[in-house]
Parts: sequence; structure tokens; C-alpha cells
Amino acid sequence: MKIRNALFAVLAAASLSAAAQDLSVGLSTPVTTMDPHFHNLTPNNSIAKHVFETLVHQDDQQAMRPGLAESWKALDDTTWEIKLRKNVRWHDGSPFTADDVLATLKRIPNVPNSPASFAIYTRPISDAKAKDAHTVILTTRAPHPLLPNDLATIHIISAKMAGMGTPDYNSGKAVNGTGPYKFGEYVSGDRVVLVANDKYWGQKPAFQKIRFRMITNSAARVAALLAGDVQMIEAVPTADIAKLKTDARVTLASTVSNRVIYLHMDSGRERNSPFVTDAAGKPMEANPLRDPRVRKAISMMIDRNAIVSRIMEGEAKPAGQFLPETFHGTSKRLAPEKYDPDGAKKLLAAAGYPNGFGITLHTPNNRYINDEKIAQAVAQFLTRGGIPTKVDAMPSAVFFSRGSKLEFSFLLAGWGAGTGENSSPLRSLVASFDPKLGNGAANRGRFSDAGVDAMVHTALTTIDDTKRGLMLAAAADKAIGELTGVIPLHYEVSTWGVKKGLAYKARVDQYTLAHEVTVAKK
Amino acid sequence: MTVYVLRRLAQTLLVLFVTSGLVFGGLYLVGDPVEILVNPQADQEERARTAAALGLDRPALEQYWIFLKGAFTGDLGKSFVFGRSALEVIIERMPATLELAFLAMVMSVGLGIPLGLYAGLRPHGLAARSIMAGSILGFSLPTFWVGLLLIMVFAVQLGWLPSTGRGPTTEFLGVQVSILTWEGLRYALLPALNLALFKLSLIIRLTRAQVREQSLLDYIRFARAKGLKRARVIGVHLLKNILIPLITVIGLELGSVIAFAVVTETIFAWPGMGKLVIDSIFQLDRPVVVAYLLVTVFMFIMINLMVDLLYSALDPRVRIAEVKS
Repeated sequence: MKIRNALFAVLAAASLSAAAQDLSVGLSTPVTTMDPHFHNLTPNNSIAKHVFETLVHQDDQQAMRPGLAESWKALDDTTWEIKLRKNVRWHDGSPFTADDVLATLKRIPNVPNSPASFAIYTRPISDAKAKDAHTVILTTRAPHPLLPNDLATIHIISAKMAGMGTPDYNSGKAVNGTGPYKFGEYVSGDRVVLVANDKYWGQKPAFQKIRFRMITNSAARVAALLAGDVQMIEAVPTADIAKLKTDARVTLASTVSNRVIYLHMDSGRERNSPFVTDAAGKPMEANPLRDPRVRKAISMMIDRNAIVSRIMEGEAKPAGQFLPETFHGTSKRLAPEKYDPDGAKKLLAAAGYPNGFGITLHTPNNRYINDEKIAQAVAQFLTRGGIPTKVDAMPSAVFFSRGSKLEFSFLLAGWGAGTGENSSPLRSLVASFDPKLGNGAANRGRFSDAGVDAMVHTALTTIDDTKRGLMLAAAADKAIGELTGVIPLHYEVSTWGVKKGLAYKARVDQYTLAHEVTVAKK
Repeated sequence: MTVYVLRRLAQTLLVLFVTSGLVFGGLYLVGDPVEILVNPQADQEERARTAAALGLDRPALEQYWIFLKGAFTGDLGKSFVFGRSALEVIIERMPATLELAFLAMVMSVGLGIPLGLYAGLRPHGLAARSIMAGSILGFSLPTFWVGLLLIMVFAVQLGWLPSTGRGPTTEFLGVQVSILTWEGLRYALLPALNLALFKLSLIIRLTRAQVREQSLLDYIRFARAKGLKRARVIGVHLLKNILIPLITVIGLELGSVIAFAVVTETIFAWPGMGKLVIDSIFQLDRPVVVAYLLVTVFMFIMINLMVDLLYSALDPRVRIAEVKS
């Protein structure tokens, strides 16, 4: 009997430690490749960050931390010196040097058939040289203060593998990183398996094996967590959060993300905006959306707190600008617009529309959390405020093509600031559309203001972080506070669920990084 | 017979051509894949680069012509998302779908015919009534709801079976198969049951109706009057005669199980073709969608052809040569 008990204890201990060594994660979107430079897409980057590393790391608040680079500094306006970390080894055992960085920068613009390349981050770099084995000198075409932010998106590959194509990465043959986990297996549409890299230079990996499973249906993902098939899931649906909060098997981790949900209005066309009518529904020649007072009135008609508490079930935060105040370059003065239907009516009358006008709000219905429901709520607020509003919801595949062809007058969309600071939304959403400068690529309302353009342009060439931050904040004050070029609604909250006993520090950039999961101390 | 088969194959080519045109045109009208594929941060230059890299900067007709030229040499284009041959991506996912469909068909035929026979032979018993009531539920409950319910009951509450995903695979005739090991089969049971439920109900009802109809006919009475054993009357005379309409339906349903397992595959995170095509439609991955539909249409035509050939084998009165006229 004693022997049996002892045996049982040993077996139980063995199975417990084996369970603690592996982690299964349920992902909400499919990983489409193992090549870190092929398709710039959140799920792909998320996986790449386990195996590969960037020169500059970003912590859970997107603040920059030394990664493969120990330090970086601007020698002058266009020259940067990057000091590389010594004693870093690739998974195959060879040492990491400046050559690997140069080979990476060379490969990025030349990945065949890439549907979304990382060249947008390397294009500002005109020249890259190795000063010695652990120092890289980068020269930019023009002053480019965002170089460290850009470097935080570029996964460094080993020079040996630079000649390999995407198929070699997908088969695992070319996947040779420096990160905490090594390639195990990749089955397209099903799973990615990674194995601990015990020789990692930083914090040793907590799990022996990580299995990422692609479970796109959110109810099934929650069920998999409850059934214990996975120990961690991302994108917990808002409808399940209240229930899971009281479930003893699960711990939730959530944070306000870097994604804002906003309304864009056609402020470009002088007349005949496609979906603007008069109050009776007849076509109208004038475009009221060009008047900043009308845009401001629309913003004042919307009760953001009601949207957040009723539709988002509290899992969002009312927004007054593009990014929460903790981010670099945000304004301290832009609070969420107060709900003021009477003030809005007066403003609308002052702008010459005492009887209002009619409009259609276009929205995707499968892209953002509760996107179509939010649009319905906005339409009801506007209709009550004297602007009869219809909603037309469509899949994002249709929505973004039509939106970029300027077929809409009024649209709902979202923006996640990939670089983690305010120039990304300012440049893409409110700077004037200008293919030559690469500005306004997502400015589907064609908002344009010379003052905002000038401020954004100067900020983007100011190396000093503090000065740049103030300039970006001033640009936001003008574009949103003064001119209401876009109407911010709320910041999405992203939520992860982990098994009791594990802990995850929720990230503002929505990446699911299993190597940052910690085993809670008992 | 040979002429008949050849003619059917020629018709197949025409159908495939028309399908490709319709799907290609339809997807072209839906939207611009570049908008979905590029990173939102991308500027205009990067958007133009993506369009050029994927051949999307050319006029629609030219894009279709390039596709047709490739199709004649068996190349259905490269997936925008995966950067690999679209056909290859689909074929890679095919075994997962086929094994699920196979398991679902075995379940629905293996259970459906005996249950239907029973319900037909003893139509007024309590068991028969229960079977019929159950089949109504199987018919009318939506697949996605039943799927979630199965997960909640068998995986979350009881913990008997894994909730989602495909189990470990083994190689069988050069193909990765998961249902040959018990561990793999455990993963497949719930999705297969979910997929089978509708077909099961259909087969039960069809079998029952056939049995009720045929039991009253003279040849059954005659067989009984001859003093044949009940088992022989049912097993040989009755069963053989009810099989013909059943085979038609089973053939058609096999096609639809393979082609339209989309809902089940999505809920159970089963890495098959259905899940692939749904993801591809959302991402406007045109080459994969077009290739998938061509493969599906081809498969339907082949199954129908086989059903026609099976008819003549089962029923000597049907002669394929007659169809020529």
C-alpha cells in the first residue's frame, strides 16, 4: 500500500510538472506564414516575435526597450548609431552580428509576391553600414525621428538564411531566430508549435512547448478554454466577459488598446456628396460636412458613455483623440466630447441647417468589436438630434475598397497606431491625401488643412522627442479639437483569458505573446 | 457506355469554364484585395507595390486571360495570402475535410438505414415515434447551435472529448489521416456527429417512407406468401428496392458534406477546405476561392456520374446506352 502511494505521488508529480511545461493558446485569426517578412499582419507578427527578435523591443505599453540592440542614438539629423547586443546566438548556434542586420534590411523590400511588405519601415533608410561586428550605422534620406519605432517592427533574420524563400520558412527549414522559442511545426490553418530555446540570452522561457491553435469562432475559443484544451485565449468576446469574470477556472487580463473607433466625414467634396440628402430625403447639392460646426454638432449629439456601457458592456473607453493620453504625442487637452444635444441643435442652426439634413453611415460588420451595433447607435443619436441617418453595413472586404474609392459620405472605421505614437494616425487619417509624401493614405473623408499638414510635417522631421511630442499634440488639438476632422468614439479594450494559475500582462498593441505569460506563484 | 462517359466529361469542361468566369467576375466586383491585404499603416507607394506584385494593377479582362492561360496548363494561380499555388493550398487541406465527410457519411448511413427500416416496419410503436421526432430535431436545429451545444456538453461539462481541433495524424497511402488512431478519432467524433445529424435525419425519413410504400406492394406480399423468412424478405427483397432513391440522395449529400462543411469546420476549428474558403473569401484571396469552386464543381459532376453508373448496376432496367438519345 505504501509503495503504491509513493508511486502514485511520483506519477502525480511527474504529470503535474509536465502540464506546467506546456502551454496551448487559442488564436482568433489564422497565422498565414512563418516568414517574418512576407505578410505584415498582426497574427503573423505575433508568432514571429516568439522566434525572431527586433533591434528595439516594445513593452506592454509600447514603450521602447533594448532588444537585439543595446542602445541607439542619433549622431546627427540623418545618421543613427545602433550598438548591438553581444553574446547573442542564433538557434543554430552561430553568433549574432551586424551582418545579420544588414542582410535583413536588404531582404525586406525584395520578398517575392508579398501581399503586405515591411518595406514601409525600411524605405526611409538610404544606407546601412557595419562599423564593426556589433555596431551598425544607418543613414536616412531625411531626418527620421521614428527610426527606433520602425526598427521595433522589423524582425532580424540570420544572414545565412537571407537567400531562402517564403516556402523554406513555412517548412521551418529557414526559421533560425534568436528569440526565446524555436520552430517546432507549422500546419497552415491549424497550428504552430514552438519549442523552448534554453540558450536564450534574456529571461529563460517558462514553458517547454507552446502550441498555438487557430480557433476563429469566438464561442468555440471560450469553450476550449473552459474545457481545458487551451490555457490561454485572445480576443475574449465582450458578451462572455461578465460570465468569465466570475468563473473560478479563468483569469482575465485586459487593457485599453491603441485602437480608436472613429467616424470620418466627407469634408473634401464641395458639393454632391454621394449620401447626403436634405431632411426630406431628396438629393442636396451643398455638402454640410465641409463646415466644421456641423462636424462638431455631430460629435456633440453622440453619447459615448452610453455606447461604452450598453453596446461594449463596459469593455471600451470613451475617446477624445486618436490614442489614450499615456501615448507619446497625445494632447492633454482633448477630453471626450460631452453629450450635448441642445448645444448641437444650436450649432447646427448657426451653420445654416436648422432643419438638419439626411445622411447614410457606412460601416464594416466583421472588422471591429460590435462595429455594426455601434453604427446603429450613432445613427439613432443623430436621428434624434435632427440628422436622419441610415446605416449601411457590409463585410470589410467590400467596405474598405468602396471607402478608399471615396464612395461614402460618412463612415465608421478604426485605427490601431502600429508604431505606438500619435504621428501614425495623424499622418494617415487627417493629413491631406498626398501620394508623394505618403500622407493621408487612409484619409477616406479627404479632410485637409494646411496648418495641420505643416505641423505634422515638421513633427515628422524633428529628432528631439519632447519637441516632436508637443508638435504632434498641437496638430491633434487643431485637427480634432478645433476642426473636428474626425470624430473619435472610443478606444477598444482587448481582453485575454488564461487558466487560473497563469498570468498575462495585457498589451496595448493586441499582440498575444506567450513568452510573456508567467506562472503565478502559489 | 464509353461514349456516354466521354460526353459527360466534355460537358464538365464547359461547366468549369463558365464557373470560373462567374466566380472571377463576381469576386472582382466585390472589392479590391489590396485594401484587405496591406497593413493599414501602408502608404500609397506600398499599396501600389502590392497591386503590382499580385498582378492586380492590370485590367480585369487581362487578369482573367492570364488566369485562363494558366488554367489550361493546370496552374490555377498563386494565393495572394499564402504566396503558394492555390491548388496546392486546397489539396493540402483536402484530407482533413474528406475524412470528416467520410466519418459523417458512415455515421448517417450506418445509423440512418437501420433506424429508418425499424421506423418503417413498426410505424406505430413508441420507439418509431421517438426516432421520427428526433429526426425532426436533427432536421431543423441550426448546425452552428448544435455544434456549440455538443462542445458545451461533451467537452466543457463532461470533459469526455476534446472541444476543437484535429488530432494527431498518421500517414496512410501517402496522405495525413487522423481518424485511424483512437486519439485522433476522439477529436473527429464531435464534428463528424454535428455534420452527420442533418444527413442522418434525412436518411431515416427517406428509408422509412420507402419501406412504408414498398411493404404494401405485391412482390413483398408474394414473397411472404411463399413462406420466405422475414429476414430474407426485408434484407434482400425490400432493402434492394429501397436503395435506388437512397443512393441518389446519399451521392448528392456526400458532395454537399465535402463542399459545405464550412459551419462545422469553423466552429470546431477543423483545418479543412471549408474553413480555408471562408477565410479566403473574407480576405478576397481570389485564386483560392476560384480554385476551390472549380474543384468542388468537378467533384459534384464526378459524383453524379458515378451515381448514374451505380444505378445501372443496381437496377437492370436502367441502361446507360438509352440515355444517349
